[in-house]
Amino acid sequence: MSEKEIKAKTETPMLDELKTGPWPSFVADLERYSEKKPAVGQLLGQLEQSYEDRWNYWQGTVLNVDGYGGGVIARYSELGEQYPDIAQFHTIRVIPPPGWVYSTEKLRELCDIWEKHSAGIMQLHGMTGDILLLGTDNKTTFEAAEELMEKGWDLGGSGPALRTLACCVGEARCEAACFDTMALTKHLTDNYISELHRPELPYKYKFKLSGCANDCAASMQRSDMPVIGTWRGAMQINQDEVGKFIDDKGIEFVIDNVLTRCPTNCISLKGKTIDVDNDNCVRCMHCINVMHRALKPGKDRGATILIGGKRTLKIGDTMSSVLVPFMPLKTEEDFTKLTDLIDSIWEFWGDNGLEHERIGEFIARVGLGTFLEGIGLEPDPQMINQPRTSPYIKFEELTGSKIDGEPEHNPAVSNEEGEMAEKAI
Amino acid sequence: MSVKTKKKMAPRDNGAPDHRPNLHPLMLKNYGKWDYHEKLRPGLLLYVAESGDKLWTVRAGSPRTMSIDTVRKICDLADKYAQGHLRFTSRANVEFSLANEDDIEPLMEEIRSVLGFPIGGTGHSLSNVLHTQGWMHCNLPGTDAAGSVKSIMDQFINEFVTDDKLPARVKISASCCQINCGGQADIAINVQHHHPPVIKPQGVGICELPKVVAICPVAAIRPRQGDDGKTTMEVVDEKCMYCGACHGQCPTMEIRDANTDTLSIWIGGKNSSTRKGPSFMKLAMWGLPNNPPRWPEVGEALQTILDCYKSSAKQYERMGEWIDRIGWKRFFEMTGFPFTKYHIDDSVSARSTFNTSTHVRI
Repeated sequence: MSEKEIKAKTETPMLDELKTGPWPSFVADLERYSEKKPAVGQLLGQLEQSYEDRWNYWQGTVLNVDGYGGGVIARYSELGEQYPDIAQFHTIRVIPPPGWVYSTEKLRELCDIWEKHSAGIMQLHGMTGDILLLGTDNKTTFEAAEELMEKGWDLGGSGPALRTLACCVGEARCEAACFDTMALTKHLTDNYISELHRPELPYKYKFKLSGCANDCAASMQRSDMPVIGTWRGAMQINQDEVGKFIDDKGIEFVIDNVLTRCPTNCISLKGKTIDVDNDNCVRCMHCINVMHRALKPGKDRGATILIGGKRTLKIGDTMSSVLVPFMPLKTEEDFTKLTDLIDSIWEFWGDNGLEHERIGEFIARVGLGTFLEGIGLEPDPQMINQPRTSPYIKFEELTGSKIDGEPEHNPAVSNEEGEMAEKAI
Repeated sequence: MSVKTKKKMAPRDNGAPDHRPNLHPLMLKNYGKWDYHEKLRPGLLLYVAESGDKLWTVRAGSPRTMSIDTVRKICDLADKYAQGHLRFTSRANVEFSLANEDDIEPLMEEIRSVLGFPIGGTGHSLSNVLHTQGWMHCNLPGTDAAGSVKSIMDQFINEFVTDDKLPARVKISASCCQINCGGQADIAINVQHHHPPVIKPQGVGICELPKVVAICPVAAIRPRQGDDGKTTMEVVDEKCMYCGACHGQCPTMEIRDANTDTLSIWIGGKNSSTRKGPSFMKLAMWGLPNNPPRWPEVGEALQTILDCYKSSAKQYERMGEWIDRIGWKRFFEMTGFPFTKYHIDDSVSARSTFNTSTHVRI
């Protein structure tokens, strides 16, 4: 950035300010650890330089473990002369156990491998959900990856590939979970491990799985395909507990914080019991959260499958939208139905998506109707908030063929010319 | 494949580690058979299974970036009190689940004294801040994240260790460039660039020009023949919206500027479908200086927002729901933040953000 000469820092006065205060300080922790690993001290030195200059000194590059097309986030320091131990300073992304649960045995194993081969910094966890291991060079990246894989760990996703999945704690410790988030996370990861390791999609694809509409995996805006638990039929009501809740909290609390907060006004009070209009309940979870001893999700459980969520670049934020209102996710066959759906989405998107085009951007470009036709899914009014208001529509059934002999239906996304040319050859 | 023939470094495709051996024994035993839970006090939850088994869970805030030594200390506590198991939450909090009620106090004591981690982050608290790599390890950042998170959590530690000081849960994220990896939140702190990318001519050769041209969301980049006859690029200033998409594709398209980059605060994002459903966050405040190591101007603005939210929101009303009810006029009045023309959307969907009714607060 600047022409001034940069010298290696021996003091870090700006970072030192981050050692004070009640929240645990990463600076204090790393500084202590730098006595064991000099590279960590050099990392803090470069970070101090960044704080001073308000400038970054990392360059990104590509480094792949043999047979993998991602999983290593390679960084070179622009200040490699001043800080030789972090001249190469890479991150390995590692797939965590679903739900970020660990036995200390496995977590210690990870610590041992990482201490042996690297500068020994861990981030639990990255924004996608990976275990992030920081601090290998070009050589030790391979050694560490080899040992990780020997012990059964695997690298996470990066680039235009399936990314590491994330899920809430689900049935392992939550009574509201409507499907087994951990089992499905493991199933999808293992089923699509090749797509996770070897980029072959137009762009990244993220799944996040939440057991209910509380969406503890933050899937709605942060994943291309949220799977969010829900149920069919009536929610479970324990009227004795409802009565106790009303006695305990008072009727005003129930009116202000339960009844009036229902987005579809489907709860009514009958003395010290409640009545729920289950046909109009949209499974939002609010009343269950507040009265969790009295109310529970219904017994016929499954998930809503949504699609298209992503953060800003390039067309702006997109919220995921409903694709399948309800899908049971209990059996192997249920899981296969989901993977069949994913396969057809990836095929259509793979054939027609542009490079660097997320599925949400793709749907925005081709239209949801076209997308549904492409993946063989029937339109459902639950996919939209309201039907269209624009009257300019090409009704395929009502628009005649232009020339006798032309196909009645145009392909959804036209690639006919290319295919014809190939056939001619 | 036998050991002898196994090729070193061949893809192993191990997949995800099995969660079952990583689960606390009571979580495994009662898997799918939990009955209810109670929030006993800040940072302490009780889960009760249909079998009657009880599992106490203590939640503590972590700095996310940790040395191996610190992770081992966490393991020591899990071995001593939590039957050798632990869990991390999506917000980088660590959870110890306990089979024995008597272990709660000694564990909490050691979490504070040995780890130095605060206990909380449950219920209506301000939980740990989601953040990105920043200057620690990203190749694109305009600011740091771990440092601003530390500063924010120091400032709002009381809101983390209590669960009844806020109307509802408050989730904050911090991002270091306009890709905004930190994600949607009740409050987000994001970098804002203020001029088109400056092309470093010597670096053009390392980039795939068609990809750089194609990635621009507003078609502001086009190839141009340089004076030396080589193909380079130019950016149409009027079209460019300073998003930095090209910078991620090609480091030569330098979008950052230490002298001009600023921070903006966005509010009202929500992921969960509870009540009226998820929402995007909206611009609240712009033009704050990128001021390490403590970013005091950001802290001041956050304090203002949270003070107004606390004084005016109803219970269970998340930040965005609160503003939906009171209206943005009242929000800007209460906070004293200036409302400017830059707060008005000018994207293709802008009209959907206009007030197309006579509903005004007079």
